[in-house]
Amino acid sequence: MELWKGNEAIGEAAIKAGCRFFFGYPITPQNEVPEYMAMRLPQVGGCFLQSESELAAINMVYGAAGCGARVMTSSSSPGVSLKQEGITYLAGAELPAVIVNVMRGGPGLGTIQPAQADYYQATRGGGNGDYRTLVLAPANIQETVDLMGDAFDIADRYRNPVMMLLDGMIGQMMEPIEWHERKPAEDLPAKDWASTGSKGGKTHVINSLYIDPALCEENNRRLEAKYKLMREHEVRYATVDTEGAEVVLVAFGTPSRIALAAKAILEKKGIKTGLFRPITLWPFPEKQLHEVAEQESVKAVVTVELSMGQMHDDVRLAVNGVKPVGFLGRSGGMVPEPMEIVDTVLKTLGR
Amino acid sequence: MTVVYKRSEGLTPKPTHFCPGCTHGIAHRLVAEVLEELGIIDTTIGVCPVGCAVFLYDYLRCDMQEAAHGRAPAVATGIKRVLPDHPVFTYQGDGDLASIGMGEVVHAAMRGEKITVIFINNAIYGMTGGQMAPTTLVGQKTTTSPYGRDADHCGKPIRIVEMLSTIEGVAYAERCALTDVQNVNKAKRAIKKAFTLQQQGAGFTIVELLSTCPTNWGLTPLRAVDWLKENMIPYFPLGVYKDITTEGGAK
Repeated sequence: MELWKGNEAIGEAAIKAGCRFFFGYPITPQNEVPEYMAMRLPQVGGCFLQSESELAAINMVYGAAGCGARVMTSSSSPGVSLKQEGITYLAGAELPAVIVNVMRGGPGLGTIQPAQADYYQATRGGGNGDYRTLVLAPANIQETVDLMGDAFDIADRYRNPVMMLLDGMIGQMMEPIEWHERKPAEDLPAKDWASTGSKGGKTHVINSLYIDPALCEENNRRLEAKYKLMREHEVRYATVDTEGAEVVLVAFGTPSRIALAAKAILEKKGIKTGLFRPITLWPFPEKQLHEVAEQESVKAVVTVELSMGQMHDDVRLAVNGVKPVGFLGRSGGMVPEPMEIVDTVLKTLGR
Repeated sequence: MTVVYKRSEGLTPKPTHFCPGCTHGIAHRLVAEVLEELGIIDTTIGVCPVGCAVFLYDYLRCDMQEAAHGRAPAVATGIKRVLPDHPVFTYQGDGDLASIGMGEVVHAAMRGEKITVIFINNAIYGMTGGQMAPTTLVGQKTTTSPYGRDADHCGKPIRIVEMLSTIEGVAYAERCALTDVQNVNKAKRAIKKAFTLQQQGAGFTIVELLSTCPTNWGLTPLRAVDWLKENMIPYFPLGVYKDITTEGGAK
């Protein structure tokens, strides 16, 4: 076991996953990611470059990804807003890349304290057009480093941007972790589409422009077919004691850990409590959550998140009216106490 | 029979979509000929802009990436950092480079990014239908300056190669005009020099090409060339503004 700070562990995990290019711009609370990459990438023959803006950074990512490189950028909420242009172009041109968002409170400049209020932006696509970004939301540093390799593999497999969505707490805290060898999956498709020179043969064009509407729609249908595959194969979630639970808490990231403390208190009060933790926020584990909520034992579902109610919409869509859904959201950098969750559960149960 | 002229190997056979009298076709051809003559068609990666040259990837026979509006120098940076031995260039208009992409081009120049920028300055937005550009001349009427560009209201046009030539990372900066045979030949020599210096690792290179837009200027192709000579060249003087291979280096 080694003690690692979340943001630095993200950098090392990316390098272990074969990432050799990083383009980024400073913003709190993710600065240790670029700082770590600036120190470490030259040691492994890679390239770190501090860009003039988040816009430039994501477009450098586009250029590097278009050449077939494993490439990453990281930022925090307002910076990720700026990256949305590049993310929709990555999706449109079908370029694999990993974007890390260590979220802080908003809107606007907001605060540098942890939040999860970029859920809509991450899962709905903050950029223009019909596209999807696969979103991974780890709850601790071990899971963060383990998912990093998956993030790059998923990006390569589907030729699509993948976002790692963390609240600032995970980026800033230190935890003991174990490093596991993580080689790229062996069955990933060859990047024969990359623009590395035509070498006398067919030219490679990296592009998202389809000026003919019929062709643009055809491309969107093709992308949609790819997103459908992602929905079928990439849904990830974790559960704790959801079977036969009376109340199911739904939370991701740091709030899922606070929810476990609340669960212990609720159980002392005789309320059997389960935790449903989405790990992919898009695709959301809709069917799986519905099945949990449908159980006869379940009297209520309660969403807990660091926003005024964003994942809550997905929870309500998944539960689809079969059970009442309560909500506890803290926002702007505030984090709930376990007792606030307990009170919300009791209120939702009408006790 | 002697072949006196043929299509460059760097060009595809696809007819261009440009309006009659537009000089984009000449600029495309010059880039293609330079890539062919330097023997780098198969290794070069180009970056297309957003604007009239957006379909550049249909006309050039080299690998291309289509960038978002103005971001070509950032995309080119990503490419060059992954493939440092490959020639990389951007092709950008005045809206793309001098307006929305000003930050990207200045910082690519500051880093001495080993890329070549082909900058098409026709003093107007072409594809979107003739709006005012940062290089639109004072008094010039466009769809968003219908009374003529008013310097008090929106400033005077910006001179890009002059500005970039002050940046340490720039190895070569020249302004040419696509007006006549002599100037077109000069432009080709400038583009060739820029790519050659890039290959030598000298730094950032840019060639600005004063170009016509008869459609949006509301002029016939021939009158457009005259208008360029009479109005653009006095404000945007031709010449080499930076050349680190010569004594003194800068104009």
